[in-house]
Amino acid sequence: MFLIPCPWCGERDQSEFTYGGDAREEMPDLDGRATVADWHKFVHLRGNPRGVHAEYWHHTSGCERWLRVERDTVSHAVTKARDTGVLPKEAT
Amino acid sequence: MSNDIRYSAFELIKRAIRPGLGWPKTWAKAEPKSSYDVVVIGGGAHGLATAYYLARNHNIRDVLVLERGWLGGGNTGRNTTIIRSDYFLEASANLKEMALKLWQGLSREINYNVMVSQRGYVDLAHSDGELEAFILRANAMRLRGSDVSMLNRDELRLRVPQLNLDASARFPIAGALVQERGGTVRHDAVAWGYARAASALGVDIVEQCAVTGFGMRCGAVETVITDRKKIGAGHVVVSVAGWSSEVARMAGIELPVESIAVQAFVSEPVKPALDVVVNFNAGLAYVSQTDKGEILLGGSTEGYNSYAARGSFVRIEHTVARAIAMFPFMAKLRMMRQWGGTADISMDGNAIMGPSPVKNLTLNAGWGYSGFKATPAVGWTIADTVATGRTHPLIAPFSIDRFASGALIDDAGVGPAPYLH
Repeated sequence: MFLIPCPWCGERDQSEFTYGGDAREEMPDLDGRATVADWHKFVHLRGNPRGVHAEYWHHTSGCERWLRVERDTVSHAVTKARDTGVLPKEAT
Repeated sequence: MSNDIRYSAFELIKRAIRPGLGWPKTWAKAEPKSSYDVVVIGGGAHGLATAYYLARNHNIRDVLVLERGWLGGGNTGRNTTIIRSDYFLEASANLKEMALKLWQGLSREINYNVMVSQRGYVDLAHSDGELEAFILRANAMRLRGSDVSMLNRDELRLRVPQLNLDASARFPIAGALVQERGGTVRHDAVAWGYARAASALGVDIVEQCAVTGFGMRCGAVETVITDRKKIGAGHVVVSVAGWSSEVARMAGIELPVESIAVQAFVSEPVKPALDVVVNFNAGLAYVSQTDKGEILLGGSTEGYNSYAARGSFVRIEHTVARAIAMFPFMAKLRMMRQWGGTADISMDGNAIMGPSPVKNLTLNAGWGYSGFKATPAVGWTIADTVATGRTHPLIAPFSIDRFASGALIDDAGVGPAPYLH
């Protein structure tokens, strides 16, 4: 159990959020140039670090915004959390 | 010295009369030699079974099992001990069916009581739609010759009289798929029994020794570097569950898995109240009663990546609420212990077994929180693959190549989201 500092709502319990998976890989452009190997890398290979992990969380029981969070997978300590879209003024 | 006495009632009586005789150590503690034909990394049930079958089926006895903690201290000692083979997809089902058959004779085979209890496994459906999917699975199982029966609510009332079948429940029970050959096995005994049997055949077992890297040459693994010494290896088997990504990375392999915590709990021990394993599928809770009398509960994953081997109160509440929905009498029980394990869940929720991109390195990973039941079959088929140099046909579909090629084995139909498997 841990707290996620939502840039809009403040520190909230993790149980208010829904996990959205790893945020490390960028989706290949849909211009037809991505190879099967590019898609395999994007869809299947996640790094799975024992340490800091970039990931998406949806504040389902709050502001309903998608956040990009950096969290340690051993201590569960959250070091960064920002909105995936517009940044609120008080956030850096 | 290895343990070469044969456990029997006679030996028990002999030592009751002459307590001074004592019992030899269950397995010998070894110091690692400078090289081995095969080094198995991971002293869980899978790794120990692999070492045992290498020695027993293939006479490959120059084998080392390396364990960074203690034998059976990972997911082997943290699971809810359930065995079953009620899978829909052929590849999944065939391997678990082989395991179920091996479980049935295992205690005799290794002369160690692993307490196989085929008390029956009851999988609950909560809607007509879910029941239809279960019937499809039951028919697939029948076609393969496995035992299975579908029970309606009236039949289920007779099979599991403790169940709350109130039709107005939040998640009413529509029926169940039952595999009577399913049940439980004493998980610790599986690790200890395989360790003893492997040790007696000459396998070296070393605990408290962590692998820190590999020595490679021309795309082949040559040495295993540990925190004690470098060990030459003709072949390496990686069987490290939650640590799979970390160990594979040392050999330059990126695995399509993510590590996620799963929790389990036991209540205070009570008199016999439940003689069957029951699984609740609206959310997840799987329940049985241990021989000590504790009610043993497991639930779904924590739902996010973690190597912490611990989880949240939210998930405990989630699992316990479902157990009470099934069995209202459990509301009066006090929970006694809770623990977590690190499950390596692959992108299709199924295991990754067989040769890897690195020569002489065989993988056994991605079992998530469903590996215990497959233990004897995993050991058997991985040992066969290592010994013969040909991938055993039962594990061929579980090749790491399937992710790039698209031949996925997604029993749950979830897709590449390990946290949802």
